[in-house]
Amino acid sequence: MISAQGIHKRFGSTEVLRGVSLHIDKGDVVAVIGPSGSGKSTFLRCLNRLETIDRGRIDIEGETLVDTDAGGVCRYAADADARRICRKMGMVFQQFNLFPHFTVLQNIIEAPVTVKGLTREAAIPPAEELLRKVGLLHKRDAYPSHLSGGQKQRVAIARALAMEPDIMLFDEPTSALDPELTGEVLRTIRQLAEEHMTMIVVTHEMAFARDVSTRVIFMDGGEIVEERPAAEMFASPAHPRTRAFLNHLA
Amino acid sequence: MDYFTAILGPLLNGTAVTLQVFLITLALAVPLGLGLALVRVSRFRTASGIVSGYIWLMRGTPLMLQMLFIYFALPFVPVIGVRLPDFPAAIAAFTLNYAAYFAEIFRAGIQSVGRGQHEAAQVLGLSYGQTMRRIVLPQMVKRILPPMSNETITLVKDTSLIYVLAMNDLLRAARGIVQRDFTTMPFVVAAAFYLFMTLVLTWGFMRLEKKYAVYDD
Ligand SMILES: Nc1ncnc2c1ncn2[C@@H]1O[C@H](COP(=O)(O)OP(=O)(O)OP(=O)(O)O)[C@@H](O)[C@H]1O
Ligand SMILES: [Mg+2]
Repeated sequence: MISAQGIHKRFGSTEVLRGVSLHIDKGDVVAVIGPSGSGKSTFLRCLNRLETIDRGRIDIEGETLVDTDAGGVCRYAADADARRICRKMGMVFQQFNLFPHFTVLQNIIEAPVTVKGLTREAAIPPAEELLRKVGLLHKRDAYPSHLSGGQKQRVAIARALAMEPDIMLFDEPTSALDPELTGEVLRTIRQLAEEHMTMIVVTHEMAFARDVSTRVIFMDGGEIVEERPAAEMFASPAHPRTRAFLNHLA
Repeated sequence: MDYFTAILGPLLNGTAVTLQVFLITLALAVPLGLGLALVRVSRFRTASGIVSGYIWLMRGTPLMLQMLFIYFALPFVPVIGVRLPDFPAAIAAFTLNYAAYFAEIFRAGIQSVGRGQHEAAQVLGLSYGQTMRRIVLPQMVKRILPPMSNETITLVKDTSLIYVLAMNDLLRAARGIVQRDFTTMPFVVAAAFYLFMTLVLTWGFMRLEKKYAVYDD
């Protein structure tokens, strides 16, 4: 579904991604772990063009988002195509990024109406269904500033799902939350995993990574150091850097 | 009392001129300022630079000078030179000047909407234009209300500058009567009229701010 090959990315003189390659198949739930500054967020953001890469190739469901020619020149698909390709991926941010001037319901129907061209009437029933799913139907007319962090993040998840993505990207979805609020968000993500949604989740929640993901990726210094099935990764990490990282957390 | 009613007529006529200049300027300068702001924040470097230069020029020279230039000097400029009657000349000067100030207010408002909003819109598939129209500009409105309130109140009072084109606005009408009748009463009435107009504006902006208070950023 997603294929990233040899992704390089630098910010100024610092090389943040140094040849990251990853394949994601349908139904995969991949947890990305690693120390702060290792490039986890940057990698995720490269997949949906929030950052542009300097070298490498990204294919999404058989369509090429970006490729690098023999001369080392990186070429993106035309803007309209790139936007269409990236729409197959939904994203949830650490800071929620809900639209503050819209109510919960308006947040969710905004993209279906504006991007897909649905009428409001057609967009509302599925939006309410999604709100029911994340347990927030009673908040449909509230503004985001009146929600708790956990509720905001669940709205953000519903908003992403409203575009019916094939893949969901999560960048530390619980890191901005008070500890007692992480559970409700993790439950929602877990529920998506049970429905076989394809997901990449950058997370510091090791228990969650172990229980929910099918594969765990350990990143350090802009590289994927180790990539293993979840159970194996935590039981017997092969690489010394992975071991050091996991021991440090424990 | 009879004297009061006698001077009321000319003062009301002056108020009509003042209000016309104010309303037409506002109606033209707000969209123009918004257009300039959008070019200013766009990725078209050259166009953005030209707008910056324009704003610098308009904010860096006196409005009265701009008005005098458009009325007296523009007719002699080669190619673009046109002779405008006094009212259009005044409107042109006010619009060009205020559009520059509004553009800066709008630019600051647009740029105060965080990157996260742009990113959220982008990952949902909104184009740049859709992001501006649906996400950024509506949030900008709430943030620019206080400076816009200031600027429009200033505009009400700045309209009195059109006396240099010998137009009979409120202040000039008052001054005419003062000089004729040797009484300061018309000034007091004129002041009351200006205060009333700014009161209406202040109230209008308060209403708007209240309306936008339903959400917090
Ligand atoms: N826009 C940017 N400009 C410059 N440097 C950046 C930018 N974004 C990220 N970086 C740098 O790139 C490196 C990788 O950042 P990234 O956010 O991908 O790390 P991360 O693994 O997600 O870390 P964390 O766990 O703290 O979120 C860091 O050194 C960071 O300072
Ligand atoms: Mg990060």
